[in-house]
Amino acid sequence: MSTQETLGFSGGASAAGGHLAQAGVDLSHGPILYLEDISVSFDGFLALNKLNLTVDAGELRCIIGPNGAGKTTMMDVVTGKTRPTSGSAFFGQSIDLTRLSEAQIADGGIGRKFQKPTVFENHTVFENLELAMKMDKGVWASLRARLTGEQGDRIGMMLEKIQLREQAGRQAGTLSHGQKQWLEIGMLLMQEPRLLLLDEPVAGMTDEETERTAELFLGLAGERSVVVVEHDMEFIARIAAVVTVMHEGSVLAEGPLHRVRNDERVIEVYLGR
Amino acid sequence: MLELSRQEPLFTRAGWSALVAAALVLGVLVPLLYLVIPEGSPLHLSTYFVTLTGKIMCYAIVAVAMNLIWGYTGILSLGHGLFFSLGGYALGMYLMRSIGHEGQYQSDLPDFMVFLDWKVYPWYWSLTDQFWYAALLVVLVPGILALIFGFFAFRSRIKGVYFSIITQALTYAGMLLFFRNETGFGGNNGFTDFKRLLGYRVADPGTRATLFVVTGLALIAALILTRSLLRSKLGRVLRAIRDSESRLMFSGYNPLGYKLFVWTLSAVLCGLAGALYVPQVGIINPSEMSPANSIEIAVWVAVGGRGTLLGPVFGALLVNGAKSWFTMAFPEYWLFFLGLLFILVTLLLPRGVVGVAGKWLRRPQ
Repeated sequence: MSTQETLGFSGGASAAGGHLAQAGVDLSHGPILYLEDISVSFDGFLALNKLNLTVDAGELRCIIGPNGAGKTTMMDVVTGKTRPTSGSAFFGQSIDLTRLSEAQIADGGIGRKFQKPTVFENHTVFENLELAMKMDKGVWASLRARLTGEQGDRIGMMLEKIQLREQAGRQAGTLSHGQKQWLEIGMLLMQEPRLLLLDEPVAGMTDEETERTAELFLGLAGERSVVVVEHDMEFIARIAAVVTVMHEGSVLAEGPLHRVRNDERVIEVYLGR
Repeated sequence: MLELSRQEPLFTRAGWSALVAAALVLGVLVPLLYLVIPEGSPLHLSTYFVTLTGKIMCYAIVAVAMNLIWGYTGILSLGHGLFFSLGGYALGMYLMRSIGHEGQYQSDLPDFMVFLDWKVYPWYWSLTDQFWYAALLVVLVPGILALIFGFFAFRSRIKGVYFSIITQALTYAGMLLFFRNETGFGGNNGFTDFKRLLGYRVADPGTRATLFVVTGLALIAALILTRSLLRSKLGRVLRAIRDSESRLMFSGYNPLGYKLFVWTLSAVLCGLAGALYVPQVGIINPSEMSPANSIEIAVWVAVGGRGTLLGPVFGALLVNGAKSWFTMAFPEYWLFFLGLLFILVTLLLPRGVVGVAGKWLRRPQ
């Protein structure tokens, strides 16, 4: 199947816009995300226990682990939804994620896809992308905002990329599950993030949709960093260079999938054969 | 993509025609039938009719304001009666001072202050003999209160039913405060027996007709404002707050500013409606702040259809029309009927009468 023409990430506008988004993030030492000794305690329950995780700029990373391993909590910490009880979280060299709000983090270049596809169901597909698009998101700016031709074109290109051009005027709530997943991914890309966190992005997708998604993510890597939480091993095998296994709130193993798969401890807690 | 990025018009041609027709009926026809057509004629409109519809139009403005915050932004306020009353009291202070020496005691002070044996106006009554100042208070008092309350509530991320309960408590606290005679707003009698507004006698048919026209135009202006807000990107952000606030935050928006903006705007609109209401009805007292009144506002919007442009107007019209009749026929059962209405509409007509009408209209196609 030809991949590059439908999903290749060579669109001029998005690549150029990407540079704007990069401006604020200091990547001089390579990694884009540092999590150091992060602990999160909910009424004594340790959801994260001295978690250490580093993601390099341009990397495509998969995170696996049994339910309750702390994968979603880790994403909550990175996106500002949950404050860690202790430890530090940095975006690039200098942006302290534990001090910023959700909106500031999102605006600063971290996009997040939820486990359940979350789009604005009563808005059209077009409006969903418009709302997500990188621009001044203050009240007065929104009151006066008028779409420029260039912005309209960017939305148009994204509609092509996520194959929803035909559905542009439809209410997002009427889309199929897989289409909603794609729309949400498209919204993330409209934010021009440096780092994407994707929680089970292929859940509920058909095989064909899953394959297309894998291609899309492979096209993103290098330009943006992508962290994917998934259970679908085939999908992980298809996309990931490095897999991190989480268990009981910390990292159990890290490495290429074939090595992680043969790790005794991983087999014991997760793959359990 | 350009066909989708083009802005839709503020109103369609039919929409504008309807607005102009409404403006002509409210601004020309009704005053004509009231003032010019003699009383014996079957076409004559009575003072009772003009006052009642003027009052209901004030309620309709409140419903439009409520729809902004509840229908479009998803924040249910059960304290909007407070902002309405504050606007009413602000203009009421001016109306009280315009009574001059025509009160019972023919004093410089309003009768209730004479009764309390006060000799001078309290400090917060200063300048209220100036209409411009009272008009300023009509906007500023509800606006600033909403801004401060909203800032703390929204910053603490108080949402849903918790927010509704706190707004109920707020209006209840306001009612208790205004019930006290020492607060200086006439205690449980409030303000009444107004004589003049800008030098014109409030009981004159000409004054009544003018207030009616101003109220009608204010209602139309509130609708145009709502529509233009909704059409902007800000309107799409507000609806996004209602539908999925967390998605919006993770898209880089801070909802605080948006909520504060629409909440304060809604409160100011209520204040204006209250100021138009008081001279037409001739009385304002703390019972306007009772929790039940604020709940009733939510019922108007629910019945008419929340999240629709015209629904709240129809809702206010229908429920208050029913109320006028019901409270004469079976006064003691009104609240039960109101509660039943709310339950039935919520269960059976989630989009209100306008939603049902819309479905009917679309059916033949």
